Amino acid sequence: MKTSLSFFKISLSGLLITNLLMSMPSFAAGTFDKISASKSITMGVRDSSGALSYTLGDGKYTGYHVEICKRIISDLEKTLKTPIQIKYQAVTSQNRIPLVQNGTVDIECGSTTNNATRQKDVSFAVTTYVEEVRIAVKANSGITSIAQLNGKKVATTTGTTSVQILRKNERATGVNFDEVFGKDHADSFLLLESDRADAFVMDGSILAGNIAMAKNPKDFRIVGEVLSVEPIAIMIRKDDPQFKAAVDNTIKGLMKDGSIAKMYQQWFLEPIPPKNTRVGLELSANTKEAWANPNDKPAEEYAKK
Amino acid sequence: MALEFGIFCKSTIEEEFAPKCFGTTFPNVFDGNGDTTYLDWLLSAWGWTLSVAGLALLIALLVGLVVGTLRTLPESSWFNRLLITLANTWVEIFRNIPVLVQIFLWYHVIPMLVPILKGLPAYFLVSIALGFYTSSRIAEQVKAGIQSLPKGQTLAAMALGLTTTQSYRFVILPMALRIVIPPLTSESMNIIKNSSVAFAVSVSELTLFAMQAQEETSKGIEIYLAVTIMYMITALAMNRLMAWVEKKTRVPGFIAPNNPAGAH
Repeated sequence: MKTSLSFFKISLSGLLITNLLMSMPSFAAGTFDKISASKSITMGVRDSSGALSYTLGDGKYTGYHVEICKRIISDLEKTLKTPIQIKYQAVTSQNRIPLVQNGTVDIECGSTTNNATRQKDVSFAVTTYVEEVRIAVKANSGITSIAQLNGKKVATTTGTTSVQILRKNERATGVNFDEVFGKDHADSFLLLESDRADAFVMDGSILAGNIAMAKNPKDFRIVGEVLSVEPIAIMIRKDDPQFKAAVDNTIKGLMKDGSIAKMYQQWFLEPIPPKNTRVGLELSANTKEAWANPNDKPAEEYAKK
Repeated sequence: MALEFGIFCKSTIEEEFAPKCFGTTFPNVFDGNGDTTYLDWLLSAWGWTLSVAGLALLIALLVGLVVGTLRTLPESSWFNRLLITLANTWVEIFRNIPVLVQIFLWYHVIPMLVPILKGLPAYFLVSIALGFYTSSRIAEQVKAGIQSLPKGQTLAAMALGLTTTQSYRFVILPMALRIVIPPLTSESMNIIKNSSVAFAVSVSELTLFAMQAQEETSKGIEIYLAVTIMYMITALAMNRLMAWVEKKTRVPGFIAPNNPAGAH
């Protein structure tokens, strides 16, 4: 009896301690402190997000947002007067926000939409690219608008905002289609390629990037009306105004001296590694506007316009 | 760390709260405003999980039973030997490939080779894939159950003049199947958990619901907690069902593998 009682006491106190530890707020040590202490920064990157952030294989990542983040980090090195080692951390649509929140990733340079729901959990830098959700179809399918998708299969990627957009669209326009979910962008594009889906709805840059790297890019076309306009921005932790100011300053500097326009030209309009294919997505008016007036407005404000 | 379970009452389209939390599941009982809420979606996803697991379990039990029995045939004729080789090949192929790879093979690769399958919805392909994978495991368990019986049973059946088929039907399988009900229980529970791989081929089951809803509502803890509870309830229900089956089919004194009275 004695041993069982002391075991009970130990386990109870263990439970209480764990409970206390769990209910303590996580210490928001500023990102600056974290970087100075560890002399490294963890950059969240994507495996296949069009020209914004993708892998060249072998642990190397590149892309429009990855380049911008590298500029941010080199500016941080000048501010902190210490070399900073960059650690790349591949993220997915599902885990990007939790990883930024819990401190594993310091700066996420992928293809994350800035919207009000997410702004409750994380902060966004000023918008560097405004995305338009479009439809990709096979060129010989004859589909040119979303209304023609009635009764057809539409592919989209799990864990993205496009799923919700499709749902709202279905409800609003009364068009009824079958949704097929790919587990990531490459998978969804494969569904379109193998004719398991008649259309692939996703951000225009991801569509263009996937088409450019397909076996026969000429077989595909991006058609139809713009389903939604979304600002894409670099994600950082919430409640860290010092870090956000530093990141924003670098990006605004790039916008002012025209470097960002050159980067856009390099990544979206010229051949890019690894296959030297050309994405070919022209600069949209929305993106130009976002560069002219740097802001971190969420997608809901763009929708109101 | 307040958990906001209220999100389940939110409509998936407008992000407003539906009265009584059920938008479309019970249209006559709870008159929601006609929009699907996250709770409706959770229940429909649960329905898909049950359907995939159910069909896969049916396929697995039928095929596994046949293949497992074939593996224990006496090697008395060339035909028997052929059947034994086929059954062995079946088990080795489906046991040695990871289940997710099998799902992709059935969804992407095999429809390219057998074009008829392209027309099949993903639900059937995934159930076939999962069913065949589990059938190899069930075959092994059935074989183990049959081989755990004392050899005297088969010999006695032969001495009574029963053919091989009759000896399996009346003597061996009734005992062997009762022996393997516990491992079959774990396999049934495994199939419910393995049905989560169906998300990779766009079957709208619980795991896909979890990933998408977590993205939309940013409330990962509540969503994943709910999905975990649904999986646990389903697995426990299957467990209790198999326990009931075992109780109903029990014949006292029937199974006596270690009984010295049964001739060895």
